[in-house]
Amino acid sequence: MVARRLADESVQPAEFAFTNDNVQWAEKRIALFPAGRQQSAVIPLLMRAQEQEGWVSRAAIEKIAQMLDMPYIRVLEVATFYTQFQLQPVGTRAHIQVCGTTPCMLRGAEDLRAVCQQKIHPEAHHTNEDGTLSWEEVECLGACVNAPMVAIFQDTYEDLTPERLEEIIDAFAAGKGDTITPGTQIERHNSAAIGGRTTLIEEPTATREKFVPPAPAEEVPAAAATPAQAPAQSPTPTTAAKPKDVTAESAPAIKEPSRRAKVSQATAESERRQVNVEARANGTPNAAMREGAVGSEAEGGKFDTGKAPGKRVRSEPVEGGTSAGTRKSSPVKVRKADPKEVSPTADRGALTPLFAMPEGAGDDLKLLSGVGPVIERKLNALGITQYAQIAKFRKADIARVDEVLNFKGRLERDEWVKQAKALAKGGVEEYRKVFGRDPR
Amino acid sequence: MLADKDRIFTNLYGQGDWTLEGARKRGAWVGTREFIDQGRDWITNEVKASGLRGRGGAGFPTALKWTFMPKVSDGRPHYLLVNADESEPGTCKDRDILRHDPHHLVEGCLLAARAMDAHLAFIYVRGEFIRERQRLEHAVQEAYDARLIGKDNIHGWDLDIIVHHGAGAYICGEETALMESLEGKKGQPRLKPPFPAGMGVYGNPTTVNNVESIAVVPEILRRSGAWFASIGRPNNTGTKLMCVSGHVNKPATFEEAMGITFEEMIEKHCGGIRGGWDNLLAVIPGGASVPCVPGEKIRNAAMDFDGLREVGSSLGTAAVIVMDRSTDIIKAIWRLSAFYKHESCGQCTPCREGTGWMMRVMERMVEGRAQKREIDMLFEVTKQVEGHTICALGDAAAWPIQGLIRNFRHVIEERIDGYTYNSTSEGAVPSIAAE
Repeated sequence: MVARRLADESVQPAEFAFTNDNVQWAEKRIALFPAGRQQSAVIPLLMRAQEQEGWVSRAAIEKIAQMLDMPYIRVLEVATFYTQFQLQPVGTRAHIQVCGTTPCMLRGAEDLRAVCQQKIHPEAHHTNEDGTLSWEEVECLGACVNAPMVAIFQDTYEDLTPERLEEIIDAFAAGKGDTITPGTQIERHNSAAIGGRTTLIEEPTATREKFVPPAPAEEVPAAAATPAQAPAQSPTPTTAAKPKDVTAESAPAIKEPSRRAKVSQATAESERRQVNVEARANGTPNAAMREGAVGSEAEGGKFDTGKAPGKRVRSEPVEGGTSAGTRKSSPVKVRKADPKEVSPTADRGALTPLFAMPEGAGDDLKLLSGVGPVIERKLNALGITQYAQIAKFRKADIARVDEVLNFKGRLERDEWVKQAKALAKGGVEEYRKVFGRDPR
Repeated sequence: MLADKDRIFTNLYGQGDWTLEGARKRGAWVGTREFIDQGRDWITNEVKASGLRGRGGAGFPTALKWTFMPKVSDGRPHYLLVNADESEPGTCKDRDILRHDPHHLVEGCLLAARAMDAHLAFIYVRGEFIRERQRLEHAVQEAYDARLIGKDNIHGWDLDIIVHHGAGAYICGEETALMESLEGKKGQPRLKPPFPAGMGVYGNPTTVNNVESIAVVPEILRRSGAWFASIGRPNNTGTKLMCVSGHVNKPATFEEAMGITFEEMIEKHCGGIRGGWDNLLAVIPGGASVPCVPGEKIRNAAMDFDGLREVGSSLGTAAVIVMDRSTDIIKAIWRLSAFYKHESCGQCTPCREGTGWMMRVMERMVEGRAQKREIDMLFEVTKQVEGHTICALGDAAAWPIQGLIRNFRHVIEERIDGYTYNSTSEGAVPSIAAE
């Protein structure tokens, strides 16, 4: 992360105001979002302020905070977190952003940087003597097949050579930036290969041929029709490695949509943890979680001398599963998904009664500390409606309720049984006597 | 090679008209009403049959992700959030969709929204894509004007689309950070659970999909899921936009069938490796956060999820960065470390401190100013960052270094030796490679 500060007080303007056009634009922008969610517009507004003034000043931050009814600090946080916001004045005619990340570096971004250092200022974020130009090195701007490239305000200039960049800088310095056509600077059509595109030679049409599957002998459509048939016997799942969505990625329960698509996310999550724990206990990192990955689980083991933390045998308590201890065998066994398991998100209301519901009116279970309307409904669904029932709970009952509601020991922590005993015996008064406070 | 008639993004290079009129000539918005009428399950099943796996890097089955959304709304609205925060170094595929084929995305939003009962879709475009965002906003406005989307549109499914944008934070490509950013906060990833499908933007059920995953949906429905599934290999079906950058003769973005071999891809579309195949040093096959593969191993690898896993890497976003033998591989990876140090959100200590630490050690290794035992130490530190953070950025920062040490340890050692040999009593003379 980069530490960014507001510019020195000496350059901060006393006031900031949007132009009339921008005020109208801002009102529309804020109105786009659902009521009460005007904070969502903070990035667009800051960006508009930057487009208007060239950079984001303290006054602009405060003004936008007022417009969006946000605390100053929240807007300041956003302005300093997002690196596209310039927190100090930039060149009035051009602020040149040189992409320096690896794809551009491989094709000569360092030479472009040298041009900027020589023509503008040896250091980034400093304006030249006239105050017309400034530059900085930025991270990947997303035009990698047209590397190297720079961005100047709204436009990108791609496929650059140092000589061409010098020409561009000179043009902007002279105030003639609009004479340069944005985009690629060589004989090339956008992101197509140099010398003409290799695909899309035919003229596209609006008609679509009806797809006829090839003969079954080829077996392609048959296999493809059930593409998600993950190899259940294989310990490593078949999805790709970069776990942007780690849980979904690595939870075996949701891997086989054809058969078990309905498994809840909660189940999947607990499976993931289970695999994690077992894997650690084996001294192997979680192959399901970081599959395709590298590291001490793979050949890399020969470099880490057994000291890597992943190798230490550790057991972690995990809900819904038992630790595998120090089992030696390597294939990670995955617990089968249990459809009966309760998911707080998906299976609401689908509880099956565990207890016989007593006759007579139910008590207000919400008086128990730790029980709210939602849990009361769930308890009722389990057949629990009266204090007396809870007061008579044995260890096994507690465990059953705990497991079904996925409470992780809340019954015992909150002393439900003791509370219920008091309430059953003498109601609120008895509760006060025992606990020294009102219920709830 | 994939035939032109089987390509989905027919205006990838902007050679045609990108507006609604041009898109209609290429077949967009044809039959959309029928797809909507056939209902939520039909759309999901068709996409499921196509075997489409998410195109944002993780490769999670798209239709399966949609089924995580609540079947019946509990009163909260459902949202579709399209992740157009394309910032993975090497990747520039979504950019071409946004600026040259935006109606694929708009139409895809409508269909995907139907499949998850959403009436509001957000498209979060990265802040640097300013012209691209303007194109997309124009396309959305065209769709509103033609009553293709919006309230009481001709398709019978109300959908509003909000085009939103970020301001230059890589981490906002992570789905929960994306939601934080959309809510007007710092883009720091959230802990899961709760999952976005249960509690996402503004606490409402949300599904986050990559631009490409959504933009291919209309064509899948038009031509049938079986068509999409007939391309590529089982479990790795369909077509994919690939971007090849670095040391090839003709870098390019193109749409190709999954599973094409690396060699065929480079020869057909990129004019070969600069200096020939013997000059190939290493390849990063899926965007900056996947491990690099030595040149000799990747030549015959299939460009799909399973094919690249077999060579110890991953498809990621299919953004191929090619490095020839003129490359200083240590420096190339150091630059990625610098990238991750810059982009760490600062929330989890292992990543915040670890990325900076790793970058500084790598910086010394570029020069050779290090001890050989520090290579092991560096490896160990990467293992301590990996998997100890809320999101995958810590992993992404660790993997390139692990790949470097695993495949190019001898280069680092030679660099260190060279630095030592060149030292004099006055101090060290910088080695040639470090310049």
